[in-house]
Amino acid sequence: MGSFSAFSLLRHAIGGNRHWQRHWRAASPKPSYDVIVVGGGGHGLATAFYLAENHGIRNVAVIEKGYIGGGNVGRNTTVIRSNYLLDGNTQFYEFSMKLWEGLSAALNFNVMFSQRGQIVTAHSADQMDAFSHRANIMRLNGIDAEILGRDEVRRLVPYLDFSDTARFPIHGAILQGRAGTARHDAVAWGYARAASGHGVDIIENCEVIDFLRKGDRIVGVETTRGRIGAERVGLAVAGHTSVLSRKAGLELPIESHVLQAFVTEPVKPLVDHVVAYGADHFYVSQSDKGGLVFGGNLDGYNSYAQRGNAGVLQEVCEAAVALMPNISRLRLLRHWGGIMDMTPDASPIISLTPVPGLYLNGGWCYGGFKATPASGWCFAHMLATGEVHPLTRGYGLDRFRTGHTLDEAGAGPFAWLQ
Amino acid sequence: MLRIHCPCCGPRDHDEFRYAGDASVVRPAHDDPDFEAWYRYVYVRANPKGLHREYWQHVHGCRQWLVVERDTATHTIHSVHFAGQQAS
Ligand SMILES: Cc1cc2nc3c(=O)[nH]c(=O)nc-3n(C[C@H](O)[C@H](O)[C@H](O)COP(=O)(O)OP(=O)(O)OC[C@H]3O[C@@H](n4cnc5c(N)ncnc54)[C@H](O)[C@@H]3O)c2cc1C
Ligand SMILES: [Zn+2]
Repeated sequence: MGSFSAFSLLRHAIGGNRHWQRHWRAASPKPSYDVIVVGGGGHGLATAFYLAENHGIRNVAVIEKGYIGGGNVGRNTTVIRSNYLLDGNTQFYEFSMKLWEGLSAALNFNVMFSQRGQIVTAHSADQMDAFSHRANIMRLNGIDAEILGRDEVRRLVPYLDFSDTARFPIHGAILQGRAGTARHDAVAWGYARAASGHGVDIIENCEVIDFLRKGDRIVGVETTRGRIGAERVGLAVAGHTSVLSRKAGLELPIESHVLQAFVTEPVKPLVDHVVAYGADHFYVSQSDKGGLVFGGNLDGYNSYAQRGNAGVLQEVCEAAVALMPNISRLRLLRHWGGIMDMTPDASPIISLTPVPGLYLNGGWCYGGFKATPASGWCFAHMLATGEVHPLTRGYGLDRFRTGHTLDEAGAGPFAWLQ
Repeated sequence: MLRIHCPCCGPRDHDEFRYAGDASVVRPAHDDPDFEAWYRYVYVRANPKGLHREYWQHVHGCRQWLVVERDTATHTIHSVHFAGQQAS
C-alpha cells in the first residue's frame, strides 16, 4: 500500500500518478472474527482502526452494505466544533477536537482538517448573554472561545448584512477559532486505509440482514454474503439503527429523519470561516473548489428516503439571503439528503445493550461527523474491554429512563424538533 | 413536497400542515402509575422503514388533526383520516 510522504508524492508525480495502489484490501468474509463492526461509515471505520491501534485487536471486520463513503460520512457538511454546553458533551467533543488536530499524522492520510474558525452570529442582547454563558463553560473546560462585538464581527466577515435594513441586526458573535472543516471522504478513506493496514477486513457490498444467536447471546451476523461469527458485534449504522436493532429485539428512542445539504456554483474565495446564522437555521463554509456548502433544518418528518423536499430548500435559502444578501444570485449546483438517527435529546448513544454480545453506537443526529474520532476511540474501548469509556458515561441508553438526558437545545423529546 | 389529501379541504402541500409524530404510540391514562408505559409513550418509537401512521395538523387550513399513513422509504401516502375517527 505504501505510505504517504513528500518523497512518495513526488515519485508518483514523476511516474504520471499511474502506479498508485488500492488503499485498502477488498476483503472477503472469514468464518468468524473477534469483533464485527456493522456499518462502514466514519464511526464504524474509526472504531475498527482504534480497536487495532489502541487495543491490539486486529481480527476485526467492518461490514458495509454499500461502498465506503456512501453514507452520511460522505454526505455531511463537515463542520467540526467543540462548543457544547452540557457536561458530558463538552468534554467528549473537545476530546474529539484534539484527535482531529493530530488525525492526518495518526492516519498518514491528509484529511484536510482546516481550523478556519466558526462564527455564530448573535441578534439580540439576550443572545449575547447566552453566548457569554456558552463561552464561559467552554473556557472553564479549557476550550477556546471568544465573544465578539458587532464591529469585530464586521471586520472578520464584512459580507454579512450590516445594513440598516437587516431583518435581524447583528449584535455580535461567538467565535471558536479551533473549529473548522475536514474533507469528509478523506476521513472515511483514511480510516479505512489505516484500519486495513492493521489487518482489519473491510467488506463492502455486504448487508447484515439478521443476527446469529446462541441462547439469548448474539454470536455473529447473517449477511447477503453468508453467516459470519463474532465474539462481539458493534452496530454503527447511523440512520438504520432502528431497523437493525429491531432484529436484535431492541427497542430504541430513535427516529430517522432526512437532513439536506446544498452547494452553489464555485466562486472566488469569500467565506473564510464557518459562519452560522444565530437568528434562523443556516450555516455555510466554502469548499476548496469554491462552492458554498450550506445547510439548515431537518425536513421534519420521519424518512428513510435519501432525498429532501423543496420546502426546506426554500426556507434555508431565505435564511441564507437574510444573512448574506450578496449570494442571492448564486446558482445552486447540487443538493442531497442523508438519513439521521435522531434521538429525543439530540445527543448520541454509545452503550452496552440488554442483548449480550451486542453493542450500540448511534443516535448521531446531524452532528456526528465532528464526533467521528472520539466516537471510534470510545466505542473501540467498549468493544475491547466490555466497559463504558469514562468520556461516554452520559451516552448510555438508560439515560432516557433515569431522566439524565443531554438536551442541548432544550427542545424536549420530539426528534423532529431537535 | 408531500401532497396530503385533507378529508376536509382536499389535496394540499404538506407545508400547510404541522407534523406531530408517530400516531401509533398509546398515551397511558392520567392516573396510570406504570413507569414502563410512560417511558414507552414518551421515548420508544418503532421508526419503521415502510408504513408509518403519523399525526399531521392542518394548521393553515381546517386545523383538523389527521392521521396519515405514509411509506417512509418512498413517501407514498396510503390513507388519510381525521384523528378523531381513527380506530386504533
Ligand atoms: C446533510 C448532512 C449534513 C451534516 N452536517 C454535519 C456537520 O456539518 N458536522 C457534523 O459533525 N455532522 C454532520 N452531519 C452528521 C454526520 O454526517 C453523521 O452524524 C455521521 O456521519 C454518522 O455516522 P457515520 O459516518 O458512521 O454514518 P454513515 O456514513 O451513514 O455510516 C453508516 C453505514 O452503515 C451502513 N449500513 C446501514 N445498514 C446496514 C446493514 N444492514 N448492513 C451493513 N451496513 C449497513 C450504511 O450503508 C452506511 O454506510 C451531517 C449529516 C448530513 C446528512
Ligand atoms: Zn384541512
